[in-house]
Amino acid sequence: MFCEKAVELVRELHRMSDGQLPAFNEDGIRQVLEEMKALYEQNQSDVNEAKTEGKTELIPTVKFRHCCLLRNQRCIAAYLYDRLLRIRALRWEYGSVLPTTIRFHMCAEELEWFNQYKKSLATYMRSLGGEEGLDITQDMKPPKSLYIEVRCLKDHGEFEIDDGTVILLKKNSQHFLPRWKCEQLIRQGVLEHVIS
Amino acid sequence: MDTQSYMPVPPGVGMEENFFSLDDILLSHERLPCRTDTAFPKLGFLEKSSETHDIPEGTKMEMPLWLAKGLYERKRHVISVDLPKVYREGWRTVFGADANVVDLHKMGPYYYGLGSQMLHFENAENPEIAQSILQTFIGRFRRTMDSSQNAYNEDTSALLERLDFLERALFRSGQNGLNAFQLWERGRASQLTASNLVTNYRKRKITELQS
Repeated sequence: MFCEKAVELVRELHRMSDGQLPAFNEDGIRQVLEEMKALYEQNQSDVNEAKTEGKTELIPTVKFRHCCLLRNQRCIAAYLYDRLLRIRALRWEYGSVLPTTIRFHMCAEELEWFNQYKKSLATYMRSLGGEEGLDITQDMKPPKSLYIEVRCLKDHGEFEIDDGTVILLKKNSQHFLPRWKCEQLIRQGVLEHVIS
Repeated sequence: MDTQSYMPVPPGVGMEENFFSLDDILLSHERLPCRTDTAFPKLGFLEKSSETHDIPEGTKMEMPLWLAKGLYERKRHVISVDLPKVYREGWRTVFGADANVVDLHKMGPYYYGLGSQMLHFENAENPEIAQSILQTFIGRFRRTMDSSQNAYNEDTSALLERLDFLERALFRSGQNGLNAFQLWERGRASQLTASNLVTNYRKRKITELQS
């Protein structure tokens, strides 16, 4: 049956329902596009035949292939769109710099899109809250205090806070830090928020 | 529970399909028993059992829902779509007797979704099908909700086993609510946590290294 490859693409994303980004399946996309090209060409020649020789019995076949074309189109569009949603989520979860393993999973156009999204978001955030702008990716949960107690889960090296002090984030060390400075590191799993 | 920034396109409600929804695409890949009411020249190779060049009129074949929806026309007879057996009268009686005992995952797993989609095809039994789907849902909902609200820190796979995909989604949101409430009760709701996405990536990396 037609369109099996296209559904395979969709299944691949559906299996990772938590929002992880699988590697861009360039080969799969190419195969679907080839199938579409073949379907289109066959339809074109059959339409011509039906027109010139009056073979109306070909019309159901043309319609059949046309449905398959639309189906392939839908699957690919959904595949690409869902990937964009995942890539957008990465900006919020990881911050503006992505780990290289994830970047390897994106195609060139997706990287370009990610950079554009990053820029749009940054421009928007600069326009908010007066001169300094407002980082809307911070404080996803309402803060209760300015400083929080954190524990390092792995060695992260030196880290500078607002007043210029440099602290060493060493595994299992515990610090009392400004919340807005560590929120991102907590999300990335470098620090752990300790509630006593 | 952690706030999630990845929100997939939700599936459509009722008879509508959502174009970009992955769930709906997989739903419309379910196969239906069909019969061709006209010949399809040159497409014989799609039917593996026959060696003919064309698909002749009156061939019984299975078609995915999306194709059946595309080819079906009320006025012209291109194909006719048969009811899958779970929506036929025999099974409707079973659902009517006690919907709770049926393994909808095995019968479906898109029992509600596919059932609603069947209403696109003209069939004398449509009102009964719609009624039966609704009653089945009402009959099973209480149990789904109860178990999702009371299974805390437990292995839920046994509870999920017999649920349709729609019910599974409801069960999951119930569980999310329960977990969030428990966190709040213990004063942990404001604790910052690592993103699920990041932790899952890390888990995968570790297993990759081990293998």
